[in-house]
Amino acid sequence: MKSSRDSLQEKAKEARTKLDAHVREIVDWHFDPETGCEFWLDYARKLDFDPRKEIGGYSDLKLLGHFEDQWLRGGPVLKWVPKALMDQPKYIFETGGSTGVPKSRVNVNDFQTDYELFSATLSDEGFPQGADWLMLGPTGPRRLRLAIEHLAQHRGGIAFFVDLDPRWVNKLIKRSNHEELELYKEHVIGQALNILRAHDNIQCIFTTPKLLEALCEKINLVKMGIKGIFCGGTEMNAQFHRFAREELVPGVDFVPTYGNTLMGLAVNKPYDPADNYAIIYYPPQPRALFDIVNPDNPEETVAYGETGRVMLTTLTKEFFMPRFLERDEGERAEPIEKFPWDGVRNLRLLSSLQQSVVVGVY
Amino acid sequence: MMHIPLIRAGQPYKSLNTTGVYDFRTGRQVAELSQANSGLIRKDFALAQRNKQSLDALPVHELLTICKNAADLFATADLPLDGETQSPDDYVRAISMTTGMPQSLARRNMEKVCVVLREMAAVLGGLTRGLDLSILDQGWGTQDDRSLSYLCCANTLGAILPNNSPGVHSLWLPSIPLKVPLVLKPGSQEPWTPYRVAQAFMAAGCPPEAFSLYPTDHAGATEILLRSDRSMLFGDVSTVRAWEKDRRVQIHGPGWSKVVVGQDKIADWPQFLDVMVDSITINSGRSCLNASAVWVPSHGREIAEALAQRLAGISARTMDDPEAELAAFVNPIVAERISSLVDSGLAQGGAQDLTAKYRDGGRLVEVDGATFLLPTIIWCEDPEHPLANMELLFPFASVVEVPQDNILEKMGSTLVGTIITENRSFVQEALAAPNIDRLNLGLIPTSRISWDQPHEGNLFEHLYKQRALQSTIPVAV
Repeated sequence: MKSSRDSLQEKAKEARTKLDAHVREIVDWHFDPETGCEFWLDYARKLDFDPRKEIGGYSDLKLLGHFEDQWLRGGPVLKWVPKALMDQPKYIFETGGSTGVPKSRVNVNDFQTDYELFSATLSDEGFPQGADWLMLGPTGPRRLRLAIEHLAQHRGGIAFFVDLDPRWVNKLIKRSNHEELELYKEHVIGQALNILRAHDNIQCIFTTPKLLEALCEKINLVKMGIKGIFCGGTEMNAQFHRFAREELVPGVDFVPTYGNTLMGLAVNKPYDPADNYAIIYYPPQPRALFDIVNPDNPEETVAYGETGRVMLTTLTKEFFMPRFLERDEGERAEPIEKFPWDGVRNLRLLSSLQQSVVVGVY
Repeated sequence: MMHIPLIRAGQPYKSLNTTGVYDFRTGRQVAELSQANSGLIRKDFALAQRNKQSLDALPVHELLTICKNAADLFATADLPLDGETQSPDDYVRAISMTTGMPQSLARRNMEKVCVVLREMAAVLGGLTRGLDLSILDQGWGTQDDRSLSYLCCANTLGAILPNNSPGVHSLWLPSIPLKVPLVLKPGSQEPWTPYRVAQAFMAAGCPPEAFSLYPTDHAGATEILLRSDRSMLFGDVSTVRAWEKDRRVQIHGPGWSKVVVGQDKIADWPQFLDVMVDSITINSGRSCLNASAVWVPSHGREIAEALAQRLAGISARTMDDPEAELAAFVNPIVAERISSLVDSGLAQGGAQDLTAKYRDGGRLVEVDGATFLLPTIIWCEDPEHPLANMELLFPFASVVEVPQDNILEKMGSTLVGTIITENRSFVQEALAAPNIDRLNLGLIPTSRISWDQPHEGNLFEHLYKQRALQSTIPVAV
């Protein structure tokens, strides 16, 4: 009889085989003159090898070096659209803009696919089919607005929206304009309260940690009939996770996530009291994955439990982003049955950047 | 590893988010400090009114007795800390180990806290100018045949506290007998004093609801300042700037305290040297009360030379040396930067470090693994020189010569001004100077505190306002 460890090892092996095959498919697609995008075809012309021949699996992606986020700042954005998808309707999504000129990513269907996969990880008790949603957070040029709307629709519901502009919030914080920041927060929360009070079928919420705190100051979400909260958008630590479960929304299905425009959505390990509220994210492999690497030598993956920098790879037919060094760090987490690949524990801003970046305080 | 929890209205709470408190010399972690997330702080504010009611239920005279008992406990008792106890000696060692303050100075600061607790009745007398304190119990009363009513404007007093010196904590202590619960954010290296004070008060019978202690980050501190009806903010110019216009926040920024000698007394300057030295050096120059400048109408260079000679006698010693008078820098890089700042000011010309010639080496020294800046006296030829009005975190002062007629106007913001003169018209000018917060007339060092005088804003006036009252019904007894 196989032990659970053997079974996990087998699953991890299978996942790796699937990943390698997926890498080959994606590399073939993006570097094929018939289907690939202008950016990667140009890139390939400067290489002294053909990626389609040399890249046989995930570990070979190192031949391409590290993706640089500067490439995503500014236009023309169509250089990122694979020829095979050029006739499709396209969306442009921007990152939050807390690190200067925003990065842009062109989407066709990726955001819908990502959120459908995420939907499969949600419970029907916490996020009932047919329930309506409130999205309280940054909309604007971000992927999040359409993604949440798609998630709600995919689960048979309708999404209501209250916008918050994080770029304006960051400016207020940089100016230490606390009074105006409070007024803006009240303005946002007031709109959310109006919507929650007017629509009985809202049972699910997406919001950020700070906005959840602000909302709970004004209203008891459990009494309002909220059953599930999908929380993300900014850094979250174990203490916030515990505070949310114990004091803000006890009894509500609280789902922390880590997502961004470049990757998709990483989900938290299913809640287990033994984890002491640690936040452990697993990426949606094989569409995206991360390695936790030595910040001083990104070619070296750190040992399980050790701290390292997040190196993100996105592998979809719409977007290929190999080995991008994120501005986050965390501890490398071991594969689990549900997600038999590496995760990251206690994700946070890189310690070397902590002084210079205003992280979403929204 | 010792753990210092949050205190949520008297209840300990161990956060999953912690930071380290370190021995500044060895880098060894000596304690783990729970960190409050800002949402938790905000949630607890919902109980502010309930917490206040716990103090309202006790008459002031009973709270004054609690203060006295708390003084004794603070000074002598083994008080709870992380399931064990902390003795007074443990406390002194901890302060010294994590803040760089020698144990001798830590003990003096401990005594300051005790004095304020013990003499709280006199402190309140000074803050309220002799108000019959039972009026605070009832909200109204009669004194000297006048009807009086005071309205408490705060359910909490928030305080964002510094690391530099434990004595500063004596400023918020009167809040308890004034019936306003405390919400404190301690400094990252000095959680010891607020925690011990809270334990002493609770052991003395104070309602636990009166104490909340939230070590936290910048966002948490902002939450405290936004939610507290009244608060105190300690910090440098950049920290306090954003809150200067908020009347609910009492600012405790740099002091730029000064000693000024009038023309009538300047010929006798050698007699005032002790006052100047004490003003500059007491508590290792770490307090906002310490003088950072001496402004005189003449004899400036001679005074600067004499001060330099005196201050050069103060040496860096080990943390446990009973003779130690100089505090170390927790972060040696900060000491290096401060020293470079002084040097770049000197490089502009028009100023001289007169202490330099009395030292064997440089201003920055290392003793027993600790980094110090040795006392420094600068002679500035021009009051506009950048070093002429600079406050630094060690015994540092400039001496400037300015005609008496211009001194008060030119010397700028001054927390404590010691004015040595008997010239009545100069005294009147000093009394009328809006840039002097606390005025010492005569031979009183800037650093000497009279506890019956308000310091840096009057806490009673910060927390209470006098209400006009006419009544046809008798005051209840």
